Amino acid sequence: MDALDRAIVNRLQDGFPVCERPYEVVAGQLGCDEDELLARLDRLLSDRVLTRFGPMYHAERLGGGLSLVAMKISPGDFERVAEIVNAMPEVAHNYAREHAFNMWFVLATETPEGQRAALDRIERETGYPAYSMPKIREYFVELKLHA
Amino acid sequence: MSTESVSMHTPASATPLDPLDRRIVLATQAGLPRVARPYHAVAEQVGATPEEVMARLQRMLDDGVIRRIAAVPNHYALGYKANGMTVWDVADARVDALGEQVGRLESVSHCYLRPRWPPDWPYNLFAMVHGRDRDEVELQARQIAELLGDACRGHAILYSTRILKKTGLRIA
Repeated sequence: MDALDRAIVNRLQDGFPVCERPYEVVAGQLGCDEDELLARLDRLLSDRVLTRFGPMYHAERLGGGLSLVAMKISPGDFERVAEIVNAMPEVAHNYAREHAFNMWFVLATETPEGQRAALDRIERETGYPAYSMPKIREYFVELKLHA
Repeated sequence: MSTESVSMHTPASATPLDPLDRRIVLATQAGLPRVARPYHAVAEQVGATPEEVMARLQRMLDDGVIRRIAAVPNHYALGYKANGMTVWDVADARVDALGEQVGRLESVSHCYLRPRWPPDWPYNLFAMVHGRDRDEVELQARQIAELLGDACRGHAILYSTRILKKTGLRIA
């Protein structure tokens, strides 16, 4: 990554305009041209420096159900359970973490009521309890990772 | 032992989407087209005018249905190798005021209040902290501990060791 790549990563975390030629507007702010910005953005995405670029939808305001779910899995059983959990389309992100609660994933369902059915299925298929921790409140953050 | 009280804790402010909104969500949830006129490309895909697509997106931004249109970086690729989920058992009466202050710390990327699961899980305040290594994360955790002071009865740092699955949310 050179200085322009870093400037692009930092600038695009801040928000993107809604107008006819938004890439041209942002390129102007960064001091490059539109084609260069588009080419570099393609490369940053294909190199997985960026995981996605676009509108970030707020699941609950779209009417969906969302929660963070934790499980305590015996180490010898971890891969089997991970396979079952990952196969569910409702599971968006799943992380292994160093703790007795060693599996943490985001469960997104089309409706809030869909959460219970998805959790029941996970518990039934894995044989482990699923601890659902939907957010009660979200505190404001200045979201920015400096590239 | 599944959902303690999902419905109680799920924010009720769902915005009804009409069929065009829904088509726009479906067309863009994986990403925005990378062409000179991206909203025109979306318009063609959903069968609306570019002006209408831009107006709908702007309205969803104003309503908070879209948090923002932006890039999501891969922490690891940017050198943030240590990603710690710091969790804190904070007195209920003080957690809102303190949560706002924790969220304002530069190193904190998400900050949430979540339900406890006593006795297994006593923690109610979650703050994601990113650092180049664990020392950096622990330094930030000490700052959070200082800020929380005697309102905090205990804490833990859960480092991620492996991404088991990462797909964007599929919500429509």
